[in-house]
Amino acid sequence: MATESNLAHNDQPNPGRRDFLYVATAAVGAVGVGAVAWPVINQMNPDASVLALASTEFDLSGVEEGSSVTIKWRGSPVFVRHRTAAEIEEARAVPMSDLKDPETDEARVKEGHDQYLVMVALCTHLGCVPVGDAGEFGGWFCPCHGSEYDTSGRIRKGPAPKNLVVPPYQFLSDSVIQIG
Amino acid sequence: MSSHTSNYTPSTGIEKWLDDRLPLIRFSKEHLMDYPTPRNLNYWWTGGAILTFMLAAQIVTGIILAMHYTPQVDLAFDSVEHIRRDVNSGRIIQATHAVGASMFFAAVYMHIFRGLYFGSYKAPREILWILGVIIFLLMMATAFMGYVLPWGQMSFWAAAVITNIFAAIPVIGDPILQLLRGGFAVDNPTLNRFFSLHYLLPFIIAAVVGLHIWALHVPGNNNPVGVEVKSERDTLPFHPFYTMKDLFAVVVFCIPFAWFVFFAPDILGHPDNYIQANPLVTPPHIVPEWYFLPFYAILRAIDFNFILDSKLLGVIAFGGSILILFFLPWLDTSKVRSGTFRPMFKWFYWVFVANFVLLTWYGAQAPDMKVLGNFTVADTSKLSVLYYFAYFIVILPLLSRFEKPRPLPNSISEAVLKPAPATN
Repeated sequence: MATESNLAHNDQPNPGRRDFLYVATAAVGAVGVGAVAWPVINQMNPDASVLALASTEFDLSGVEEGSSVTIKWRGSPVFVRHRTAAEIEEARAVPMSDLKDPETDEARVKEGHDQYLVMVALCTHLGCVPVGDAGEFGGWFCPCHGSEYDTSGRIRKGPAPKNLVVPPYQFLSDSVIQIG
Repeated sequence: MSSHTSNYTPSTGIEKWLDDRLPLIRFSKEHLMDYPTPRNLNYWWTGGAILTFMLAAQIVTGIILAMHYTPQVDLAFDSVEHIRRDVNSGRIIQATHAVGASMFFAAVYMHIFRGLYFGSYKAPREILWILGVIIFLLMMATAFMGYVLPWGQMSFWAAAVITNIFAAIPVIGDPILQLLRGGFAVDNPTLNRFFSLHYLLPFIIAAVVGLHIWALHVPGNNNPVGVEVKSERDTLPFHPFYTMKDLFAVVVFCIPFAWFVFFAPDILGHPDNYIQANPLVTPPHIVPEWYFLPFYAILRAIDFNFILDSKLLGVIAFGGSILILFFLPWLDTSKVRSGTFRPMFKWFYWVFVANFVLLTWYGAQAPDMKVLGNFTVADTSKLSVLYYFAYFIVILPLLSRFEKPRPLPNSISEAVLKPAPATN
């Protein structure tokens, strides 16, 4: 059968036309498969109820100077630390050449609210939650693989490649922030 | 050997009727009874039967557990406790499934190391070997997702850390991570899909096992001397000789299995997994289950940047340590299969085994623990990672050039009659 139809194909006066039909059929088929495949894959992505919780508001006034709280944003813990003047000074005194992932302290806080450090509380190595006020840099220490962060949440030692991530957030008023 | 014909003659009218339509009995007789098997197989060749038994045991206990388990973040942890305390015989069935995973891996490691020593991956058994590696990968995925289901602290953080590995992929890492988790963090959607896939994968494994056995029955078994079957004198029918030997091995294997289930069902697990998952606190020392430790040690040993950053590099080493097995049939170019006849290979092989055990130990230790003077686990484990890869990439390819193998027996039957193959 197969050879017969191949012969028939070669005997056609206009093989280009037949090739076009093959290609067109295959193309329509591929589009059809894709149209079915995409929803089947996409259903695994974050759903509407997850996305609805994608931003959260938090009142900073309850956080005492020198203390830190952990809040939840998009299912992940977020550190909010109210830093002392000494801690800010310490973070700003560090030369850029000492940093694995160079970033100034100023770039990691909102201007005028320099005392508040807001960061996703997941180690940039493999996602464990670091412990606060620990490690030789006065910031955070990750118990999983020993990464250490300074008072600006910047990576100083250990296997983590990046600084703790500062999530997108804005001040809605003097003391209320919206994360996400 | 694939061409061997069974000596099945349907004796009754019903058998003959069936044989003309669906020759199930003929097929079974050919492959489960008359299948010619090398007469010199030792107990290392009972791994297949043990593993088949374990797969069946895991599927049966797993289906039962699914009848009582609830894949929802607020209920999952308690539903496992409910199984252990309230469900009739639940304590034993849950323990059999949990310990069963460990026993399954113990058996699969013995099976893999058997293949490595006796050269079972060499031509014409490359496909057989590759299917085995695929089964191993599927087993790892299944075991990992199963471990997440009880939703304890170790479950949760295993899920967080292991899915995080995908974030190391440049550019598309984060979208893939969200796709896998179904959210921005490990949460209810993650638990739900892991349950669904954990139920699915064992059946995929069973299908690949079918292919694995098919690929075995085409060239036939390798054997301890590594010389192919040459005549009927070299073989025995599978039944009753190997069905009985396999059955005996399964019974012996069940002794430690039963001991764990009855007397120490939690000894292979981690106490932290009896704390319900808490996304805000990581346990101070997270370790995977023992059967993942060697690969975990490889992942952790790469803590330095080299062209790529340490995280991606670690992930590449982690994946590469298993994927390299796919290429093994072409890396070991020695024509001699069995390690028994390879005086140099033998040494490198046993060092490889010891090194693998050492990696297992490294995986369980804190990376900054001192092992030799000022050298920590993080330092010395790098040597083990180096040897692991060197064995495949450097040692095996070079060995075939420099090694002079001992003379092989002419046939299996000769080897059986004269165990010391001094003359050739």
